[in-house]
Order: sequence, then C-alpha cells, then structure tokens
Amino acid sequence: MIDIREVTKVFGAGSDAFRALDRVSVTIRQNEFFTLLGPSGCGKTTLLRMIAGFEGPTEGTILLDGDDLAGKPPYERPVNTVFQSYALFPHMSVAENVGFGLRMLGRPKDEIAATVREMLALVRMSELAERQTAQISGGQQQRVALARALAPRPKVLLLDEPLSALDFKLRKEMQLELKRLQNETGITFVFVTHDQEEALTMSDRIAVMNAGRIRQIGVPREIYDHPADRFVADFIGDTNFLSAELTARTGDTATLRLPSGRTVEARAQGDGTPGKVTLAVRPEHAELAPPEEGALTGTLTEVVYSGTDTHYHVALDQEAGLFVLRRQNRPDAGPAHQRGDRVGIRLGAVAGQVLRD
Amino acid sequence: MDATTRSRALLLAPALFILTVAASGPLLIVFVYSFLTPGDYGGVVWDFSTQAWFNVIAERDFFTEELGWADAHLAVFWRSIKLSLLTALLSFLVGFPTAYFIATRPRRSRDMWMLLIMIPFWTNLLIRTFAIMELIRNEGTINTVLIAMGLVTAPVQMLYTEFSLLVGMTYVYLPLMILPIYASMERFDFRLVEAGYDLYASRWQVLRRIIFPLVKPGVIAGSILVFVPCLGAYVTPRVLGGGKQIMLGNLIELQFGQLRNWPLGAALSLTLLVIVMVALLIYVRAAGGEEARHG
Amino acid sequence: MARPFEVTRQPGFSAIAIACFVLLYLPIVLLVIYSFNAGESISQWEGFSLRWYASAWENEQIQAATIRSVVIATGASLIATSAAVLAALATTRTAPWRGRTIVFALVNQPLMVPEIVTAVALLIFFSMIKVATGYTGLWYLILAHAAFCIPFAYMPVRARLQGMDLSLEQAGADLYGTPVKVFRHITLPQLWPGILAGAMLAFVISLDDVVITEFVKSAGQDTLPTYMLGQIRRTITPEINAISTALLAVSILLVTAFFFISRTRK
Repeated sequence: MIDIREVTKVFGAGSDAFRALDRVSVTIRQNEFFTLLGPSGCGKTTLLRMIAGFEGPTEGTILLDGDDLAGKPPYERPVNTVFQSYALFPHMSVAENVGFGLRMLGRPKDEIAATVREMLALVRMSELAERQTAQISGGQQQRVALARALAPRPKVLLLDEPLSALDFKLRKEMQLELKRLQNETGITFVFVTHDQEEALTMSDRIAVMNAGRIRQIGVPREIYDHPADRFVADFIGDTNFLSAELTARTGDTATLRLPSGRTVEARAQGDGTPGKVTLAVRPEHAELAPPEEGALTGTLTEVVYSGTDTHYHVALDQEAGLFVLRRQNRPDAGPAHQRGDRVGIRLGAVAGQVLRD
Repeated sequence: MDATTRSRALLLAPALFILTVAASGPLLIVFVYSFLTPGDYGGVVWDFSTQAWFNVIAERDFFTEELGWADAHLAVFWRSIKLSLLTALLSFLVGFPTAYFIATRPRRSRDMWMLLIMIPFWTNLLIRTFAIMELIRNEGTINTVLIAMGLVTAPVQMLYTEFSLLVGMTYVYLPLMILPIYASMERFDFRLVEAGYDLYASRWQVLRRIIFPLVKPGVIAGSILVFVPCLGAYVTPRVLGGGKQIMLGNLIELQFGQLRNWPLGAALSLTLLVIVMVALLIYVRAAGGEEARHG
Repeated sequence: MARPFEVTRQPGFSAIAIACFVLLYLPIVLLVIYSFNAGESISQWEGFSLRWYASAWENEQIQAATIRSVVIATGASLIATSAAVLAALATTRTAPWRGRTIVFALVNQPLMVPEIVTAVALLIFFSMIKVATGYTGLWYLILAHAAFCIPFAYMPVRARLQGMDLSLEQAGADLYGTPVKVFRHITLPQLWPGILAGAMLAFVISLDDVVITEFVKSAGQDTLPTYMLGQIRRTITPEINAISTALLAVSILLVTAFFFISRTRK
C-alpha cells in the first residue's frame, strides 16, 4: 500500500542542518490502522506530512500502490488529512466543509449532497450540518474534520495527533469511534501520536520512532512485551532496567545472572553471545516476596495507592535506583506492606526482556 | 454637572473648539451657501435660491431656455467615479499580491517590508505626483528611453490623459490598499491553505475559495480607503491632468476661481461629501455584516 | 530529489510584489538623482552638480515659503498635539459616556471628509472673517492645519494611554500625589514617546499639505508645497527636484523616527 523506502529528510543546510528523518523504511498495508508513535521532534509528523505531500524527502522514495509520489502536489494525492488544529474553514458551514473536497474534485452537486449526508451520519453530526464551524464544540469540530477528510474516500487517511486537544473522557470516546470508522470504511489509517496508551489501544501495528529513526515496528502486544531496545522499553509503559550478565541461551530463553548472584530466565532475541546485558521488567511482571525468596532484595520506600492498583517503590540493595512493582487491588491480595519493610522481589518465569545496549 | 463631567469638558474644549471652528462648523456654512445666489465677482448675494443644486446635474439653455443635462458636470462626475473605481481595481490587482508576499515573509522581516511600503506614503503627495509626472511627460525618462532604444520616433503622449491620472492615483494611494489587506492576511491561518490542498483544491481554488473569502474584509477596507480620496482628489489631477482631464475636486475649485459661482461650488462639494458618506456607509455595513457572520 | 511543495506559493505573486516595490521607489529615486543634474533637464544626465540646490537656496521666494512652511507646521503641530493630548486623556480609559461617539466622529472628521470639501468650507468661512475683521495673517493657516493635524496627533497618544498600566497612577495617588502631581510625575513621563510621535506626525502632515493651504492662504502666503504647485505651469528645472529632495529627506527622517519612537516600550 504505502511503501516508504530509505527516506531521509534534512531541514536547513550547513551547520544549521537538522536531520528530521534518517533512512526510514516502512511498509503500511491495506486496511491497516498504523500508528507512528514517538516523542515530539522524533520525525513522525514530518513523515506524515511527506505522505500528504507538504514536505519532500531529501533522499529516498515513497510509493503509494506502486506509484512514486515524488513531485506530486498534495492536491493530486488520493490521501486526506485530519489536522491537529482541525483547520476547518471558518467561512463555511459544517456541510460545506465536508463537501469541499468533492467540490474541488468537480463531482456533481447531488452526489456531493448525498455523500455529505452520509458522512455526517457516519460521524453522528447530521443535526448540525448548517451550523458555522465557530458555533460547535471541540469534539464536534473533530468529527467534522474527520467527515471532511473521509468524504472524498481517500486511499489513505492521515491523522496528525487529532485527539490531543480533547479532554480525557472525550478522547477515550473518540478512540473507539476512530476504530469503528476505520472498520466501517475500510480505509487505511495512518495515525500520529505521542501517547503510547492511545497507540496501544487503537493500532493494528505501531512504528516507534525516536530521533528520526524507526526503533521498532510491530503489533501492540509485541511492542509492549518485547521491546526491541531500551528506548522502546522506556517509552512504552513503565519499565525497570536491571544490569545482568547473560550466561546461556536456548531458543528465545536466556539465562541471566543478576548482581545478587541469583539466576533468572528471560526472553531474548537476536545475538546470544554471553556478556553484559540489560534486563527490562514490567512493573506488573514482578511481585513482592519475603526477602529470602526474592531474586532481588531491597527496602520499600513508597507505597502509592491509585484506585485499581497499588505501586510499590523498592530501593534495591544490589544496584542504584528504584524498582517499581504494581499489584492489582483485589480483595484476595496478599499481606499489606508498609514503608520501610525489607522485601524481596520475585520475577515470574520468563518475566523480563533482554536488551543489548 | 459633576466634577468628572466638568474636567472632561475642560480637557476636550481646546480640541473641540479647533475642530468646530476649522473643520466641522464651516461645513454648515457651505450648506447655507449652496442655497444662495452667486455674486458677480465671487462670493454670494444673500438671496435664497435652489439654482445651484439644480445646476449640479441640469442646465437651462441660455437662449432657448430649453432644459437639458449639465453634460460638462456629468462628464466630470462620471470620470471621477470611473477613475476612482479603476484606481481601486488596479490598486487591488497590484496590492493584493504584494500584501500576500509580505504576509508570507518570515516574521522578523515583515515589519521591514511594511516600512518600505509606508515610507513613500508618508512623504509628500505632491512630490510623489511630481515624480510620476517627470517619468511620463513627453521629455520624461520613459519617453527618452523609448526614443533612445528606437522603439518610437516621437514621444508617446501619456501626461494629461486619463491613463496618467490612473497611474498617478494608483501610485500615490496604493499603500492604503496594501495596509488593510496585509493586516487581514497577517492574522490568516495558513494551515487552512494546507487543508485546502489536502482536499484537492488547486492553487487558484485555494486563493479563490479559502484565502480571498477570509481576507475580504481587508480588501473591502482597502478599496474604500483608495476610492474615497480618489473621488476627492485635487492635486494629482491638477498636476497630471493639466486642466484637460479634470476631476470633481478641480471642478469645485473652478467654481471658486475662474467661474465665480460659489453656490454651485458649495453644492458640488456637498454632493461629493454625500457620495463619500454613502461609500463609507456601504463599507460599515459590509464590515458589520462580515463580523456578524463569523461571530 | 523532488521539488518540495510550497504551501504559501502563488504563481506570479512574488514577481508582482517585487515589481511593486521597484515601481514605488523608481520615480522617487529618479527625482532625487536629477536634483543633482548639472544640466537643465530632468531626464537627461549631464553630470553631477549642486547648482540647483544653490539656486533654490538663493531664491528669495523659496526662502520665504520655507520659513512660512516651518512656522505654520511648528505652530500647528504644537497646538494640535496639546489639544490632542488633553482630548486623549478625556476619552481614553473612561467608562462610556453620552456624546463620546460624537467626540470620536469630530476628532476623526478630517480623515473622512474629503480635503477639498474642508478646503472650500474654510475658504468661505475665513473669507467672511477676513472681511469682518480685516486680519489676513498666518493664523488662519495655522488654525486650519491644527484642525486636520489633531487626529494624527491623537492616535499615538491614545494608543500609548491604552497600553499604560493604571496601577502606577493609583500607586501615585496612594502615595499622596494630587491629580496634577500624578499627571506631572507619572502619567506624562510614560506618555512622552506617544506625544513626541504624535507631534512629529502632525508636523509632517502640516508640512506636506497642499489643498487646504491653497484655498485658505491669502495673497503672498505661499508655503513650499503651494509654491511648487504654482511652478508646474512653467518650464520645469531640476530646482523643483532639489526642493522636493530636501522635503523628502525631512519627511523620511521624521517618519522613520516616528516608527521607532512609537515602537519603543515604556
């Protein structure tokens, strides 16, 4: 569908030059909800604007259904965008906004009217068709922007952090709404966000980006459970990093020796040669235990209650830094712990992920 | 009268006195004069008459007493309105792209470009008109160059034509078009243009359907700001029209000079004032309507 | 590498804009250049010379007109600025009151009514007074100029007042300043750039005026612009260019200074 091959983008020149994208390659498939995830300045929006046609690659090519997009202005690309600011035309009504693309394509009037009705029904905005865009709420503007971008039935819909301006509840609602729209229309969605939770909730596949490069591409579960490197592990969810030494490896399972002297097993891909590695452990993949049973030991410095979960912060004996654990607050949860308690940390079988530095 | 009102009245007194004596008050006397009878050597005779107002658009033949249109006056009215509209149009055609150009420069350099537009505007209008005259007269730079290049054998007559008035008035009033258009464009959100291109609009369609409608208040303001002073122009047609292509301002002056018909001059002045007020009213209506539409 | 798509580009616009800037300055630049012409032509260059400046300098009519212009502009801008400052104090930062719209209309009237109409009105009115009193001096011109300078002096002062911090004056009053003292020591120092800017603008506007002066002046009261207007019927020599260049220099200097003064913050 969209083939991005070895794309590099450099802004400016000379000593001011900034490499926004560095040899990025990715293939986005038909009907996919594909998310570009990363911190601000990672190049995700630049990549999106390149697909839309507002930026040109310094090197590399972008293909859409096998056609090279180079040199094609935005108005010749079968691609539409939902802008972060929505960019609704303030001098037009809701219906005129939605019909704008079709009007520019020179479609007949009755066809435009029918599509506008259909799109407004799709985003549940039929009653407000004749309103001016200044007279509707932020969430409604969001829906209009969506309907406007979907109306010309693009091959690809680009969404540039479209939910960032909405409040928490509305954002949750729109996440599901977007997912529904993608299912109903069958259009390929390319979604840009810096919110990892949003990405995990909505995406079929995620590309995690940092500093102009793609660090990992995969389905949400893969990204979360098997982060490819320290950046991804750190950016997606909470992670504890432990230094360890890899002693042996069979298949995907590696045996590691921790500084405490205990050995644990963890998942590892790629290079299996023994040596120093980092072990990444999610807070919910470890549990508190009596000190003598733990793979690690330490002192409980903080107990944070947060409704569904309780977070335990443990100052480790073996290395600097805190280890954070999360336990669901169920009625049958184990004994209560208090600040200052000596505790052990038990790592479940194959709980961590081995990262090479 | 309480203390605030009294001190306010005292503060306002000097300005209001000057403005009443030397600007607004005399307009009432013009109104009175337009209903009097002309004196033989200028001035007026204090006899009530509506003749002046009648003569603005009509005249009675001296011999046959036949009623007819005041063709000479109507021609001047027509030329004034036509040239003012054309000047506004030409200023728009040049000023819109120029304002657009400035508004799309980097933020730091925009002030510099606008200063470049405003400097000539704040310098003497007579001198700028002279500068144009020296350029287009028969012995002027353009003709000298044309002849030197062998493109023409005799100088092209540009001075003392309607063309010269159009060029001259556009030259002197162009900044009045650029300023309000630029003010509208500077606030314009160019992300809307991106949205337009994304939705298959061509360059022209983006200009016509998105940019133009949103900076229209500036265009209307600019057109009025150019149209109004053109209509009452006196210096530019006097220098560049040379008495052959007179406009309303010159026609009014003639009544107070050579023709010694002060009441008619007064009536013509008030007619000009009414046209200007109507234009301003249309502008206020149009601007008010736009405001209401966009909240 | 593909040519990047420029969002703000419109074909031909930059070309028109550049042409506009060139055409805006070309006539003025030519006018200035030929003021230094050694020959008598204003379109054929015959070498550099200051002779036309010298001849303008020695021309008694020009000398008189220049002095008259400066006297009128100084008088008019002083009067207009004083009146405008007081008016701005009365109309800014107050709750709306009855008659405020009328005051605004009066102050801005010189900007809206065509100059020729005001000129005619003043011609009629002042000729009545001239007949009644027999006085034909410069005060008619100074008063007329002061009137149309008021809105130009009023605007920067009002803008300055609107941007001023009210709490400073309240602090002054709190520290036992009488209204007059507060104005003298707190309001006025802050207002100063606005007043100076307004006065400079008024001076330039008065210096450049043609139409109203032409109608109001009595015989032998030519200012520099009306003198120049009177010269166009005769053979034009670079002397006109020389006077123009001098006037241009004064205007540009004052206007540029106006821009920078009105941009200064506190």
